[in-house]
Amino acid sequence: MDETACQRREFLRQLLLSCFSLGGILAGKGTAGPAVSRSAEEYDPRSHSWGMGIAIDKCIGCGRCADACKKENDVPTGPFFFRTWIERYVILEGGEVVVDSPNGGLDGFKLQPQEKTVIRSFFVPKLCNQCDSPPCVQVCPVGATFKTRDGVILVDSKRCIGCRYCLQACPYGARFIDPRSRTAEKCTFCYHRIVKGLVPACVEVCPSQARIFGETKGGASPLARFMRMYKIGVLKPSLNTSPKVYYAGLDMEVR
Amino acid sequence: MDKLAEHLWPILRQVTGFIFPNEIELHWGILVVIYPYLTGLVAGAFILASLVKVFNVKEVQPTYRLSLLTALSYLIVAPLPLLAHIGHPERAFEIFLTPNRSSAMAMFGFVYAWYLMAVLLLEVWFDYRKDVIVWAENERGPKKWLHRLIALFSTTTSEKAVSFDKRAVRIITLVGIPSAFLLHGYVGFIFGSVKANPWWSSVLMPIVFLFSAIVSGIALVLLLYMITTLGRRKEIDMPCLDKLASYLFYAMIVDFSLEALDFIHRIYESEESIGILSQLISGRLFISLIVIQVLLGMVLPLGAIVLVKILKVPAELRKLVYFLSALLVQLGIFTTRWNVVIGGQLFSKSFRGLTVYKMSLGGIEGLLSSLVLLALPLLVLYGLSKLLPPWPETKSKSNS
Repeated sequence: MDETACQRREFLRQLLLSCFSLGGILAGKGTAGPAVSRSAEEYDPRSHSWGMGIAIDKCIGCGRCADACKKENDVPTGPFFFRTWIERYVILEGGEVVVDSPNGGLDGFKLQPQEKTVIRSFFVPKLCNQCDSPPCVQVCPVGATFKTRDGVILVDSKRCIGCRYCLQACPYGARFIDPRSRTAEKCTFCYHRIVKGLVPACVEVCPSQARIFGETKGGASPLARFMRMYKIGVLKPSLNTSPKVYYAGLDMEVR
Repeated sequence: MDKLAEHLWPILRQVTGFIFPNEIELHWGILVVIYPYLTGLVAGAFILASLVKVFNVKEVQPTYRLSLLTALSYLIVAPLPLLAHIGHPERAFEIFLTPNRSSAMAMFGFVYAWYLMAVLLLEVWFDYRKDVIVWAENERGPKKWLHRLIALFSTTTSEKAVSFDKRAVRIITLVGIPSAFLLHGYVGFIFGSVKANPWWSSVLMPIVFLFSAIVSGIALVLLLYMITTLGRRKEIDMPCLDKLASYLFYAMIVDFSLEALDFIHRIYESEESIGILSQLISGRLFISLIVIQVLLGMVLPLGAIVLVKILKVPAELRKLVYFLSALLVQLGIFTTRWNVVIGGQLFSKSFRGLTVYKMSLGGIEGLLSSLVLLALPLLVLYGLSKLLPPWPETKSKSNS
């Protein structure tokens, strides 16, 4: 077989694959699981229970999720306010751990030369864990932070008094104060999108499908499949917050 | 927003290790340090006052009314730093209207209102009622009417009425002691119940807060008693001062033991967070925790009080030592609040890095407004002492 034939075959294969994936996107049936877009009025929160799966080995640290989140949700710019961010872990010989998240990983990560041999390295996307037992909801003095029936933790910015107790209570550093509204802010799983049958912006843009969004209960959701396929871990399980962001391939160094 | 970013960029450069991006802004600043400091003084001063009424410690009688007014002055100012701190003070009243029953902070409004209305104001009123009536009788003009108003236009000074007043004060004090415990214990609970923060999360926190409150309250009243007595060119009642110093000493011993227990317990258990907490104590908190809080604010005054008690030094020297010790104790308790509130936010919840706290000079969260808030209760106390003189010589004899 000559080289030209080989290249031609490869080209045809790529073309065929592209057609399939394009068809999938047009039909709105990407593996991340967006159903057909519908109006928010039809949405019944009682029939949903949302969660997110993150496959750490698939994350390439491109930062598109953090970027999309900021744009979609009008998150203040600058490296101090994030609804989602990406951390890079580098574990060196001898057990030393180097973690960084320059600008929340939004601009991607530059290669960081290490003096010691790197044992393993990976990226960990972080966001509000939408805990089933949320400490932030427990401490909010006025009930501005609440859990919806579909299990998402939201903040009513018209009620929030900006006391910042929820920021102290969150073990994951997932909250910040929006300097414009002076109220607490956090990931909402892009609630305005999920009520329309769309997936959160970070899931939508992830090029490696490291983020999977779906129902935590019920059989046929992408998340349910994710949880069957992988061994799952959650962040800080000892705090008994029951997170609904599930990590596949979670390393013991991640907190 | 640009101003905030301007404030945060230099902090970002001083972060060591890794902290979560949202942690670069330190969320509870100096105003939240001042708040527990003020409520601690309220509780402490009240508990000192209750020694006279409930435990019949006759020696400290000269400080009874001063303690009550001190507690009232500090309680009036206590919510101000919180109001100044929150993002939407205009919504603060929501805490009363739509409290979240699972929130420790939501109970603030109720504990505060209870303590102000049902304890302090009532006790002050019953204790002063007869005197205020007597003063009003001998006065003219607006002051007469002000005193009549304060007495709520009651005019009875009969034996029966006065004995009722006395009984009322005793009952209110009895209710007041657990209320004072509640007021400051609850502040400790606000911190102690945050399981996300290993520096705060401790069942001992409310009790440590309480005893440090008693320490700070006694020390403050001791200082105020000495300053006001000397200022009025009167003689300091030495048995009273000695007794105050003794109670200060006992409270400090309990407080120090509790803090030491907490410290030893943490080291012995050596949980996941021990590494970062050790870095915190040996680095960013070394001066404020080890040098100021423990050595200057606790060990030195404790040693000084012990020495003057053992050596039986002359009264003049005792006064000086008590005064300086009480000053150091104030500094120590203020740094205790600082080390809890600020210290608990200097390390990342990832336990991988440390940040810094930068206080500005101006602005609501700045040094100047903090100094104003710290001075304000003393101004209120000055005003109250003009209206309701707490000095022993102004009290009518039959009522003592």
